[in-house]
This record gives sequence, C-alpha cells and structure tokens, in this order.
Amino acid sequence: MRKTLFDKIWDQHVVKNLPGGRQVIYIDHHFIHEVTSPQAFAELKERNLPVFRKEQITATADHNVPTKNQHLPIEEPMSRKQVTTLTENCNEHNITLYGLGHEKQGIVHVIGPELGITQPGMTIVCGDSHTSTHGAFGNISFGIGTSQVAQVFASQCLILQKPKKMRININGKINPMVTSKDIILFLLSKLGVGGGTGFFIEYAGEAIESLGMEARMTICNMSIEMGAKGGLIAPNETTFNYLKGKPNAPSDSKWEDAVEKWKQLYSDEDALFDQEYYFNADEIPVMITYGTNPGMAFEVNEKIPSAADSKALNYMGLKPNEQLIGKKIQHVFIGSCTNARLEDLKIVANFIKGKQKAPGVQALIVPGSQNVANQIKQEGLIPIFEDAGFELREAGCSACLGMNEDKIPAGEYCVSTSNRNFEGRQGPGSRTFLASPLTAAAAAIYGEIVDVRNI
Amino acid sequence: MERFTKLTSTAIPLPLENIDTDQIIPARFLKAIDKKGFGENLFKDWRFHSDGTANDQFILNNPNYTGSILIAGRNFGCGSSREHAAWALKGYGFKVIISSFFADIFKENALNNGILPLVVIDENLHNLFKAVEENITTKFQIDLEQQLLKQVDSELAIKFEVDAYKKTCLLNGQDDVDFLASIKNEIEQFEQNRIAV
Repeated sequence: MRKTLFDKIWDQHVVKNLPGGRQVIYIDHHFIHEVTSPQAFAELKERNLPVFRKEQITATADHNVPTKNQHLPIEEPMSRKQVTTLTENCNEHNITLYGLGHEKQGIVHVIGPELGITQPGMTIVCGDSHTSTHGAFGNISFGIGTSQVAQVFASQCLILQKPKKMRININGKINPMVTSKDIILFLLSKLGVGGGTGFFIEYAGEAIESLGMEARMTICNMSIEMGAKGGLIAPNETTFNYLKGKPNAPSDSKWEDAVEKWKQLYSDEDALFDQEYYFNADEIPVMITYGTNPGMAFEVNEKIPSAADSKALNYMGLKPNEQLIGKKIQHVFIGSCTNARLEDLKIVANFIKGKQKAPGVQALIVPGSQNVANQIKQEGLIPIFEDAGFELREAGCSACLGMNEDKIPAGEYCVSTSNRNFEGRQGPGSRTFLASPLTAAAAAIYGEIVDVRNI
Repeated sequence: MERFTKLTSTAIPLPLENIDTDQIIPARFLKAIDKKGFGENLFKDWRFHSDGTANDQFILNNPNYTGSILIAGRNFGCGSSREHAAWALKGYGFKVIISSFFADIFKENALNNGILPLVVIDENLHNLFKAVEENITTKFQIDLEQQLLKQVDSELAIKFEVDAYKKTCLLNGQDDVDFLASIKNEIEQFEQNRIAV
C-alpha cells in the first residue's frame, strides 16, 4: 500500500503491537527542561530504575529562567530550586545539559534544530506541547506529559495509539507581507482549536515548499493549537542545506548516506489521508487574533464578528464590530519558540531600522537561544534594536507563558509573536494579540495595531 | 498508579468549551518539583479575583455544588502539555472528567494519573448538564469494567468507549512504566535490528 510520510516514519519505530491497537513506539531523541522533568526523575528514583538511553537526551533550562542577568544566581527561590534540580538530575544521570550561561542554551525547540540534533525521519518528544516545531524537518515530534517523560527515561519508548492523518495543501504564491505566522493563524481560523485533534498533520504544496526552515518551524510549532498530535513537512533541499554543517548533523563521511535516506521521506503519490484540506496561498492575508484562543483570528483589517464569543471579548475589553486597526497597545513581545529565531529578528530589524518605538510602549525582544543572540550580534542588529528603543533580553521562554518575571500587567494589551492568547497566559489579566514579527514590530513603532500592507 | 473501578458521585458542571490547561493551572504555579499542592491552585484565576478574594460567580466557590465528577464543554484540556493540570484536578478531588472530547495530551496525562476522561457524544453531554441544572444533587454512577455511566434513580444510561489498554491499566492500577520496563529485552532487540539495517 502507498504510504504517507507519517506512516513511513511511524512504521519504522514500532517495537511491538499490543492487543487493542496501541503500539510501543521507539523514541530517537528526548529533549527535557526544568519544568516538566523533576517529577519524572523522582518517579525513576522511587522505582529504582536507571535512565535507559542517556545519550539520546538533551536538556536545557528555558521556561523558568530570568531574561536578565543570567550570569547571576536566580533570585526567585522556587525558580532557582527548579533550575538547580535540573542540573543535579542531569549530573546524576550523566545527561547533556545546556544550562544557563552555556553557549548552546536556549528554548528547547530553538536549540534542537540549530544544533542539528533535530533531523528528518526521527521520532522526537519533549515534555512541552510545542515539540511539534521539530516536525518542520520531516520527523514525528510531539509533546508529552511528565508521566510519559518518565516512561521515555525508563525505556526510550511510549505506548501510543496511532493518530489519524491529515494533509493541508497550500498551493500558489504567498502574498507580500504575509509570513508563515499569518499562514498558521489563517489555518487556525479555518480549522479551529479542536480541528486537528486526533490527527497528525502534514503541510504540503508549493507555498509550503517555498518556505525556509525557520518559517516552516513556525507553522509546525502551532499545529498543537489546532489540537493536532503534531505537524510535519517533507524534507527537501532547503532542509538538507539548513542541516549541513550543524554541530550534531551527520558528519562528512555519513552526510551523503543520510541525505539519500532522507530523500525517501515523502508521502507516496496516491497515499491515503483520513482528511485533506486545500487552500490557495493568495487567499491568506495578514492575520491577528482578537480573542482568547488562537483560533479566534482574522484578517488584521476585519471587524470583530458580531457572533464572537462574548466571554472572550469581555476578557479582551473588545466589542463586536470593533476594528483592531488603530487599537492602542502597551506592549510588544518578540520571542518564543514560535518566532524568536534569526529570520524573525531580521524581519523586525529591517522594519524598525531608523525608526523609534512609540512612547509608552514596552518593546521586548527575547532571542530564542544564546546562539540566536550571537547571530544578531554578528549581523549587526543590536544597534538597530537599541536605537529604536527596543529592549533586548537574554534567551528563554519569557513572556510567552509568564512563568518568570516577564509578565504583561492586567488589563494591558500586548501584540505578541508567541503562540497562545489564553486568558492570563502572559500574566494574570494580560490581553494578547497574536501576530507575526512584522505586525508586532509595526505595532511597537506606531503604538497601535496597524496593517503592514498599508505602510 | 491508583486504581479506578467504580464511582458514585454528584457532579460539577462547567459548560465552557476549549478550557485550556493555562486556566486549569496557570504557569506561575508550575515551579514545584513534586506533585503536591496543585489542587489549591486549580482554576486559580477563575476561582479568585486578583485581590485574592473568592469569585462567588465561579461554580467551584458555590458550596451547593460538590462531587468528584467534573462535566466540561468540548476540547477540555487543550494547550500546554503540563501534567500539573491533571495533578491539580486530582489534588482538588476530581476522579472523572466528562466531556465530548479531550485534547490529546491532557487525556493521556489524566489516564496516567488514575483520572478517567470519559467521552460522551454532544447530545449526552447536553443531557448531563441538564440533569445537574435541574437537580444539583443528581448522582451519577460510573462503572469502568462495564463502561457504563448511569444517572442514579433515572433511566439515563450511557455506554462509553475507553482505550482497551488504558482500561486494563486503570482497573489494575498498573502504569506504562511497569509495562515498558518488563519488555526491555524486546526494546534492546529492536535497537539491534535497526543498527543492522
């Protein structure tokens, strides 16, 4: 039978079929961080089990770290304890850790790809829902809970029900000023936050194929917002070129063999999907969210639908038929595993060069990793950010989830390049508009939501 | 893992759709390194105003509503993978969550903590909300072995589906780590075979 890309990878990782339909699936790489791993290490200890394959685990500290003065001990006692516990656990089990201060530290879904740990054909898990990001390289990557983190520690396997398969085809040419963030927000507005539940999504079509790796990651990253188990994109030359020479990518002698193998990773021509959608890139506009889940998104110049969820509008302080264009905002957050890679920050720099942020707006840039921070330095972007009045911080998840001190105050508006606009996500009472780095940068300059196509 | 076999209880209705795990347990409460105490912060920002006073409008603050069953709108548990959401629900005292569908990761997290995520069709979900709305002392009986949800003293009986493997785990109080550790040889064999290819 003709196979989908997903089937090809999944089937290569089946260790055992269980009665009733579940399968034991082998996991190639396991990323861990400080927030969802301590209870899993404790679980191992309680059962007196060793870590089964420590060389297939990479750890970093990202969710609960400050973005200022990372060279100093963390001030907040519970955060310090959580990060220290990660270090102790990694030392005890001999796990590679890129902790605070390490040149490879950063958001787990940013460092995996940039180090070349993330490769086509793999199975990858992490105790974080945005693990779907890695699927941009043509692999099966998904977020897991802490009990499952313990399972992977103990056996390098998980007991799973195979998800259904969906393909989203986007053909045609992407409109000017439309970024991959707009594409995924568009898909969310069409499919909704439950539209992908039970599915693994393959993104395909010439518009997707034309995207660079960082843009692909943004799309796969937010697959989870549709409820999907994950999202993936067939690898092509763009993928191979990105990976070539990365520290953990196959070395010279093994490179050609690896690429040959990766070239087999595509959905066969008449492979069957449980569900398939077709869109044309020219119908995808510049997008923004107006509500309290990422599916509540629309074209930036639209009016809020009269039938919009009233609880969400209440929370956001918005009214039906109101337009977001011209809406005053107080914060701009450029960061997160969705949009804090070099390409994202270049888009921002290009737009704000020679401009000044609007008075009263706090514009925060939090690079996705130390490596991204170094890249922007080398590219000469730092003076551009500083001259425009943007505040550049150190790497971490930061105001995406408001676990550290980077929070949006209650009642204030933030245009954010992150992935979730849930109530209180960026801090209790915070009001989030999700948008692309370009739309976020423009909001910082104008102090209000603007349509970047009209500038 | 704790066993789950049968339960008879009143239920608390939360008829909102897409309840995400940030609402169930906000990120600022994820700093603990053990599983204790999350129940106190369950639905924190819905239960309490920013000044710390209780929000009387929120159902968990209404003393008339009690029980270890939560009935919620579709797509319960969407968003973040944080298992702390399951620990918070369990810590607060919930043993069964009923909805018309659950977000994937949350569902697995619940099952891994002895909480039964019970899926019913939209029409039945509506009937359950209605039953509690009409009489808040309505009791429900859940029998996992029989895969049956019944409204006590009523005709309402719903047969529900549950993953066969997870059903066995819940009934016997065994978890995936136990099972995976028991097939270590097969996993090693799989690794050997892959290298050979």
